[in-house]
Amino acid sequence: MDHGEKRLMDKSQESLFVRLIPFFERYGILLLILIMIAVLHLLQPDVFLSWRNVTNIFKQVSWQSMLALGVFMVIVTAGIDLSVGSIIMLSLMGLAIASKAGMPWYVVMLVAPAIGFLCGMFNGIGITLLRMPHPFIMTLGTLYIFRGIGNLISGGVPITGFAEQIRVIGNGKIKLDAFFGEGAREYIPTSLILMIVIFFIFWVFLNHTRIGKWIYAIGGNPGAARAAGINVDRILIVVYTLCGFLAGIGGLILAGRTNSAYPNAGLQSELDAIAAVIIGGASFFGGRGTVLGVFAGVMIMGILRNGLNLMNVSVFWQQVLIGSIIILAVYIDVLRRQLATRT
Amino acid sequence: MSDNLVLEAKSVSKFFGTITALQNVDLHLSKGEVLGVVGDNGAGKSTLMKVLSGLYKPSEGSLFFDKEKVSLNSPRDSQNLGLEMVYQDLALAGNLPIGDNIFLGREPTRKVGPFNFLDHKKRKQLTEEHLAKLKINVKSADQKVEELSGGQRQAVAIARATAFNAKIVLMDEPTAALAVKEVGKVLDLILNLKKLGVSVIVISHRMDDIFTVCDRVMALFQGTNFAESELKNTSRDEVIGWIMGKKD
Repeated sequence: MDHGEKRLMDKSQESLFVRLIPFFERYGILLLILIMIAVLHLLQPDVFLSWRNVTNIFKQVSWQSMLALGVFMVIVTAGIDLSVGSIIMLSLMGLAIASKAGMPWYVVMLVAPAIGFLCGMFNGIGITLLRMPHPFIMTLGTLYIFRGIGNLISGGVPITGFAEQIRVIGNGKIKLDAFFGEGAREYIPTSLILMIVIFFIFWVFLNHTRIGKWIYAIGGNPGAARAAGINVDRILIVVYTLCGFLAGIGGLILAGRTNSAYPNAGLQSELDAIAAVIIGGASFFGGRGTVLGVFAGVMIMGILRNGLNLMNVSVFWQQVLIGSIIILAVYIDVLRRQLATRT
Repeated sequence: MSDNLVLEAKSVSKFFGTITALQNVDLHLSKGEVLGVVGDNGAGKSTLMKVLSGLYKPSEGSLFFDKEKVSLNSPRDSQNLGLEMVYQDLALAGNLPIGDNIFLGREPTRKVGPFNFLDHKKRKQLTEEHLAKLKINVKSADQKVEELSGGQRQAVAIARATAFNAKIVLMDEPTAALAVKEVGKVLDLILNLKKLGVSVIVISHRMDDIFTVCDRVMALFQGTNFAESELKNTSRDEVIGWIMGKKD
């Protein structure tokens, strides 16, 4: 009898815990961000939440978030894109060369997204029409190819100095004199506005259009998508093309932010992008994840780096921490699933 | 033979190189009739279904939908004629809700300016209406398919097949992967379709299925018509004999 009673109690305790799961599933990541902000604020009371530092974080993540958003869509289809870091560099170099050649700013501005678009389409065509066995291989190849081309066209040296209209995108400030009085130092970065607009557009695309629905369906069961008459190859080409296009926009933002194109631009940023997507709750096996989650994942990476920098934590420790968070985030997901299947 | 035939196959043969999968097979199906197709592995059941659904082109013979001769080039063609196939491996996306699966590839949309957006409200409403019509019980139309039991998934697959007013539904082993207690629900669903005037062809190894839902049963043996009977004029033992190629 004693034993039976104990089991009963265990069950009621578990059911409370189980009832909290959906809450954590939905808001857990926001909770994590709030905790991080609170802790960093306590550790750095004057600096961390200052206007200057917060806008700095947003400016930092704005170009990285473009990569993460593109890679997210690819991961939803159960694919992977390793080449986005090289696409950002190649589009940046293309932009710089167009700028140096004296093209008008509105042409220069289009060069980066256009190059990204073409690179992404090349990936997509390789993965579908050339029947490459896995996107990993195709995009690993183009990781080298795109950066190599970027160095070939630029001679492997930095190119600096862009038109004011380009710099505004990555570095522009929207003054808030109206709210904070004449000559106030508070402002909103242009790149933050751009990031929010683009995330909103892709949120609508993935959640409120048929192609968006099909992207999730392909990640869930490509056979079911085919049986439903969906042209899976065509949708995959669209996804990889959009991923490249977003990396190109990232290149444009980075051009404005740094006012220069350099051979190491975006080096290893594809891994940061994948990390942000995974931390944001997307499944590496496809079909799962949200745009808001990606935004949260990007912010967690950005806040963490920024906070650790403020506290003078060495870059090496930062690497250890970020790696640990990736593993922890996925492990929490594994635990959650085990609990969900047990009930 | 009744005069409300919805589907007929006349002396259909299918050759794969030197292999003869089907030889002069005849099949007919009336409105609201449930036909059981039985046969051993390799008897040609699946090939016949694939010919009827347009996945294979018959090497010889012809198909008639509503007494009109047709030539099918793809499953799309048979779908347009009102024939839907429920696949054995179900062809559902587990990460998507029930409604999304039922309408996958045929989502209701609404126009906003030049753009077509998904009409979530309409999809939900149509899903609930359709599930109610088929008497399929699920917690919510928004439940993800991966959270459903095998029987519920089979029900969703059948709901998907019939969502666009299918007149004929082909089912390949609809109860093979199910727990015993769920088989009855799927069989009830087939009887429900019959009441709604839908014609059904069921391939099954399970005599219980055949003798619960079918009006008529036909047996294939080595790619040919072997035997056929109204259900009331035969017995389980006789049908099992047909499957093994034995006739009294």
